[in-house]
Amino acid sequence: MTTPDAAPVVGQSVPRLEVREKLTGRAQYVADLYRPRMLHGAILGSPHAHARIKSYDVSAARAAPGVHCVLTGEDFGDHRMGAFIKDEHAIAKGKVRYVGEPVAVVAAETEAQARAAARLVEVEYEELPAILTPAAALAPGAAVIHEELASYFKVFDAVCGGNVCSRTELAEGDVERGFRESDLFVEGRYRTQPQAHVSLEPCGALAEVDAAGRVTLWSANQSVFRVQANVCESLGLPMSRLRCLTPRVGAGFGNKMEAHVQPIVVKLALATGRPVRLVLTREEDFEIVRARHPFEVRVRTGVKRDGTFVAREVEVLLDGGAYADDSPGVLGYSLLMARGPYRIPHTRCRGTLVYTNKLRFGAFRGFGNPQVTFATETQIDEIAAQLGIDPVEIRRRNALGADDRWFGGQALASNGLPECIDVAERESGWNARAAARAAPGRRRGLGFACTAHIGGLLGTGAIVRMLEDGTVVLNTGAVDIGQGSDTVLTQIVAEALKLPLDQVSVASPDTDGSPYNWGTTASRVTYTTGRAVLAAAREVERQVKAHAAEMLECAEADLELLPGGAVGLKGVPGKTLPFVAISARAHWRKGGPIVGTNTWVFDRPTVDPKRAVATGLPFPQIGVYSFGAVAAEVEVDEVTGQVAVLRAWTVADVGRAINRASVEGQLEGAFAQGLGFALFEALVFDGPRLANPTLMDYKVPTSLEVPYELHAHIVEHPEPDGPFGAKGVGEIGINAVAAAIANAVAAATGARLRELPLTGERVLGALAAAAANTG
Amino acid sequence: MSTRRPLALRVNRAEHELFAAPGDTLLTALRDALGFTGAKRGCNQGACGACTVLVDDEPVRACLTLAHECAGREIVTIEGAAGAAQALQAAFEEAGAVQCGFCTPGMILTAAAMLERTPRPSADEVRAGLSGNLCRCSGYRKIVDAVLRAAETGAP
Repeated sequence: MTTPDAAPVVGQSVPRLEVREKLTGRAQYVADLYRPRMLHGAILGSPHAHARIKSYDVSAARAAPGVHCVLTGEDFGDHRMGAFIKDEHAIAKGKVRYVGEPVAVVAAETEAQARAAARLVEVEYEELPAILTPAAALAPGAAVIHEELASYFKVFDAVCGGNVCSRTELAEGDVERGFRESDLFVEGRYRTQPQAHVSLEPCGALAEVDAAGRVTLWSANQSVFRVQANVCESLGLPMSRLRCLTPRVGAGFGNKMEAHVQPIVVKLALATGRPVRLVLTREEDFEIVRARHPFEVRVRTGVKRDGTFVAREVEVLLDGGAYADDSPGVLGYSLLMARGPYRIPHTRCRGTLVYTNKLRFGAFRGFGNPQVTFATETQIDEIAAQLGIDPVEIRRRNALGADDRWFGGQALASNGLPECIDVAERESGWNARAAARAAPGRRRGLGFACTAHIGGLLGTGAIVRMLEDGTVVLNTGAVDIGQGSDTVLTQIVAEALKLPLDQVSVASPDTDGSPYNWGTTASRVTYTTGRAVLAAAREVERQVKAHAAEMLECAEADLELLPGGAVGLKGVPGKTLPFVAISARAHWRKGGPIVGTNTWVFDRPTVDPKRAVATGLPFPQIGVYSFGAVAAEVEVDEVTGQVAVLRAWTVADVGRAINRASVEGQLEGAFAQGLGFALFEALVFDGPRLANPTLMDYKVPTSLEVPYELHAHIVEHPEPDGPFGAKGVGEIGINAVAAAIANAVAAATGARLRELPLTGERVLGALAAAAANTG
Repeated sequence: MSTRRPLALRVNRAEHELFAAPGDTLLTALRDALGFTGAKRGCNQGACGACTVLVDDEPVRACLTLAHECAGREIVTIEGAAGAAQALQAAFEEAGAVQCGFCTPGMILTAAAMLERTPRPSADEVRAGLSGNLCRCSGYRKIVDAVLRAAETGAP
């Protein structure tokens, strides 16, 4: 389905605007920035998971060669940051709460000097019991990780206490009645592991102080505005004293949305008066930034014999790590997604998020959705097997339709789920799948799973300025982290104003000059920021036509934009004005320069109180659903238990693909990240310490594990108020991958695995168990 | 701290003089002393491939190579891309194979060396050839397609 007035720019796979600089090595990431007299920062991390800091001795470090400054928690004021619960200082103060937590920081002439000096800082600790699992955190008499939790500022009505960071509940219908009305129910427990983001570019920042004491900060980030807020909150600085900029960003996936080293680097720059740069090593990037939450999920689904879903109860337990970060959001979002894209009239989802003495867990592509989707989409196959219904068919029968609402009661303005299911079924050859084509000792199977994801939330804005010569500049403050939003937003402006792409430039995000944008996160830039961009461009069109109407002495309604940057009188060839003539008039004679602006905040309620009950849900306004389906074909080695994905089909309803190649790139990349999550990626803790914080020991999918036959298919059911119908695409592609692969393994072998990753060892164990059951 | 000593490196067909400590890696020398920042530090452990440069036409991990061992050798970074690497740059652009760009220089130089040895690789040969270069954004499909495309256009 495409809109009839499809014009040349939107919908095209135009190359990235910045592609040449990335291809030639000229793209500058934060580690590529050098400032005159720049110093280098380094961090001393805590050796303990939980300890009171008794004293520091920084004398040896201060005396070390090249050192300009050594700071500890004592040098930082009592200011806290946090997206949902303000529980985190810029560095450890009074206590350490995870191994690796920064306790002292150094600025020195060289990186080597800074690192050497950091190791010379002596810290005396009094060890406290380390809480390493949610169960330990919830045990009676457990050591309390945040004694002052009750007094922390919280941006939502958090249900918390002890080591419980947040409890959330979302319910619709009458779940007890639903189970009574069900013919049978299936119950299962599912577990997922911590996954590391591994953006190829490690986190880093560079800060510089001007003569008036104002700071400029460049950093690897997903939002210059979140950087500004976090640094200023944690250092007690007025936001007007900090300007945040962004170089190119080597991907984020969530780990660059909230703070990493930016507060530390700003503090070092303020303390030394010199530019300071600190780029984390890969090991530090693993150990001190954030990772995907491990989940324990209990799901019970009640169904009729014909496969109709009736009731579902979900209970999740999240290990949040040492600081809340985005965890309350991840918890709430996972519950909102736990009913899946299905009609289940009676559903109750509850979750508990606890603090532990581990690295903070936070935002990571999918934001809780891959974890619950692994559980629920696995369970749907278990139900299908029990009822003898085809796994695709049972999904199709229960799929949300055009008139259905999302869990919580929000209406769906567009819903391409049924088509996604059809496309994945057709393209994967689902109905022709053969049972045994594999070589001896190997088994093949095809698995299927569905998902949905939001793309609308929070505030954003856009400014479109017409320059004197009639070309335009777009400024949004949305950071392009490599996913391609600069290009997509530029395409929207070019389409709206009928300009060639090279007559639209895009400004780099700058907290001094860009309108607010919450962040490049939650799949939201194309839809949420894109709407502001389109509205700002339409405002430019309005102003241009107002000028032209005066200049041509006609009514505005009789004017139309012409391709190439001109306005013409409809039906009168030759009666045209180029943008340059209009903009020159506006700049020099009448009206003032042409500037279109738009700001807005997403305000559709997440929950309709007449339909659902929610407590502790930290995002009252979120929505605009994209839909997806994944089919994966696997081969299981019966001797080693190794699973290989041979072919995969990933389908998403993205409303409208503004840039088809970029949408495919998102779906393919998300599949690969989901494949790693499904099969082998796992942060392994040896007691309190991360055992595999290196790329030697933490395996990321390579070109050998990701199948070449990875097919992305785009489905377009336009969102009525989306820019040219577009909705989000950044995360939808990861959510269903692990379930599709696990379902394929079950189809191939009869072995049902409910814990990720599906390592050879686990698969062999499940094969043995399946054989014992049937034998 | 070890003493920094003079070193002459031939990079991108030009002579460069710098000072480097005996333990300095080629990556540090290229980036910090000479300003060739196209080679990236992704892991500093030889695992990710983002620092790949060509030394005497062979792809090497600049983070695992000592700068002083490269004296007298021909070093090519992405800034000096020529021949197959240029065909790859065009193909990467056309195939939409670039996302965040951090892996791209290493990916292109690795692929360029592969195409010198194997001018018409199969998709599986490309996958094997690139398996030491991590990309976290793309899922590799468009990168493999770009290399195949470059191989086609670069063929006699």
